[in-house]
Amino acid sequence: MPEVLKAPLVVEFPFTRSVGPVQSAFLTGLRERVVLGVRTRDGRTLVPPVEYDPVTAEELRDLVEVAPTGTVTTWAWNHEPRRGQPLTSPFAWVLVRFDGADTALLHALDAPGPEAVRTGMRVRVRWAEERAGAITDIACFEPYEGEGAGEDARVGRGEHAGGAAAGARHSGEFEDAISGIVAPARLDYTYSPGRAQTAYINALSGRRTVGERCPSCRKVYVPPRGACPTCGLATAEQVEVGPRGTVTTFCIVNIKAKNLDIEVPYVYAHIALDGAGLALHGRIGGIPYDQVRMGLRVEPVWTDGARYPDHYRPCGEPDADYETYKELL
Amino acid sequence: MSKEPVAVVGIGQTKHVAARRDVSIAGLVREAAARALADAELTWADIDAVVIGKAPDFFEGVMMPELYLADALGAVGKPMLRVHTAGSVGGSTALVAANLVAARVHGTVLTLAFEKQSESNAMWGLSLPIPFQQPLLAGAGGFFAPHVRAYMRRSGAPDTVGSLVAYKDRRNALKNPYAHLHEHDITLEKVQASPMLWDPIRYSETCPSSDGACAMVLTDRAGAARAPRRPAWMLGGAMRSEPTLFAGKDFVSPQAGKDCAADVYRQAGIADPRRDIDAVEMYVPFSWYEPMWLENLGFAEEGEGWKLTESGVTELDGDLPVNMSGGVLSTNPIGASGMIRFAEAALQARGLAGEHQVERARKVLGHAYGGGSQFFSMWLVGATPPDS
Repeated sequence: MPEVLKAPLVVEFPFTRSVGPVQSAFLTGLRERVVLGVRTRDGRTLVPPVEYDPVTAEELRDLVEVAPTGTVTTWAWNHEPRRGQPLTSPFAWVLVRFDGADTALLHALDAPGPEAVRTGMRVRVRWAEERAGAITDIACFEPYEGEGAGEDARVGRGEHAGGAAAGARHSGEFEDAISGIVAPARLDYTYSPGRAQTAYINALSGRRTVGERCPSCRKVYVPPRGACPTCGLATAEQVEVGPRGTVTTFCIVNIKAKNLDIEVPYVYAHIALDGAGLALHGRIGGIPYDQVRMGLRVEPVWTDGARYPDHYRPCGEPDADYETYKELL
Repeated sequence: MSKEPVAVVGIGQTKHVAARRDVSIAGLVREAAARALADAELTWADIDAVVIGKAPDFFEGVMMPELYLADALGAVGKPMLRVHTAGSVGGSTALVAANLVAARVHGTVLTLAFEKQSESNAMWGLSLPIPFQQPLLAGAGGFFAPHVRAYMRRSGAPDTVGSLVAYKDRRNALKNPYAHLHEHDITLEKVQASPMLWDPIRYSETCPSSDGACAMVLTDRAGAARAPRRPAWMLGGAMRSEPTLFAGKDFVSPQAGKDCAADVYRQAGIADPRRDIDAVEMYVPFSWYEPMWLENLGFAEEGEGWKLTESGVTELDGDLPVNMSGGVLSTNPIGASGMIRFAEAALQARGLAGEHQVERARKVLGHAYGGGSQFFSMWLVGATPPDS
């Protein structure tokens, strides 16, 4: 059996997020080197702040400022930082409870090695040089030997160790408050089309279209999937179809799609290759777009180096009768 | 033991718009949920479980909404689960919630669906560059337009029908304060003159891209008895699936859609849907799907659906109003679109639809579909409880 094809597949998109009033204040605050939390009705202070009380579901809007110092409540050493993580050299992921807060925030701690990190150790924010209103405005945390240093803070409720502002109510209002962020997402896959499609793709390189027949319903699947989706049976019998086929239905595309270098208008069609149990999709050329019709008989046009036919063109045969393709639309 | 009757006692939705930049996703769903609770005059504490649905993950990059939104939906300490069936998800989410009540697992369930299309790009989400595969050649409407042409060929429908549907739905939307598109100066001529994007589909015959959320409170008989306003009662509900592509697939009238409708009618004792059902809110993302679904759902014989549209039967004051809310053609936060259909059906059965209320709407069908005509979900709701 020939080797199954594989290729990298990167799924990547810069999602935009409207952050809402509470996160807007929190993120804009970071830009101004102010750490804001939100106070619940029973007096807890949540940092990072949330819009709705995790216990009572009440809407939360009472912002308070906490100190830029805190205590590590737990941690894990990161031996090999990956792309996009806060630091490029090994660091500790830490949960830090800011002084004045009752909950902890996840971030990175810059430390020489895991032996330098302890639950209960004192840390402070290292602000990024350039800040834009994002969690990365905190570059990371760093060990802090200042106020309260020398003895571990309790791992109970945090002590207030910040300046006079810590614990004070805050309006959450800033000049040029940010309302949204870009949250890029990226997933790296190794994609394999599997045994059946690998055989199909390999055959295409010889300009042959080879599908697989279901042993039960006898339909020929192009491209083959290795199993019949209707009967649920594995397929193995290879069947060459085409090269000619019938336009079963189509539309005329009048607007340019992003990333497609095709002049409009053009015809996008469902084409049932002779012998295939269902239609595949392709572009019709070699005929004015407004003369394409259901039943038109076509053949593939290949260009050098392309995996798929560039388009299909009329092959000169009389149109197919509707009855012959009405179940292949 | 028979099933517990399921009542809709609360409905809430956001004003659907192109972009809600003032709220987070949590804030958006909260708004719809709070309105549904207010309608039912209930508090978070009255809710036993939360069932949430949204668009496919790549559409907005939120992979675990049940985790992220538990605080906003008061789900802490309660069962919360997520349903996932592409564009039909709003409908199937409501049905999963309803089944929890019908099975007496929970007494009162909050169900909600949402999408912020403005934070992503659905077309990107639908056309990931899969290695070795031929790229999609036609954009969003290019997937649907060939099926519309196939319907026109099969039915002999005149090419004017699509514009009639769009003109009707956009006028209905003017009566619905929550609808996204409010085209006050809409005329049939304007629809007909709009650009032909994917011939035979015109610009004005396509749905918008919306941000929005929809929520419902579903409850049992005891809950309905306490409800401050008239409930809608579920008389039947069903879901069906089939592969997106298979040999013999009928995109014009998918078998799964027919089977789903037949199941709902059997449960509800509907012998003749055209006679026994008073109004329909169906998932029509491109206007031609109205006549197609009229046939698929049994309101017309095969090839005859367009005649109902053309003769005005599906107008708001017609004999079988379709898409009283303005439909998907006027509002499309994809993940919520199915639930908006279900909610509109319930709103009509409750007699609370306001300006777009259909008189004497006793039995109303809500319909959703998604994923290349792969998933179907429907419910029939009525003004009176089942078996009464």
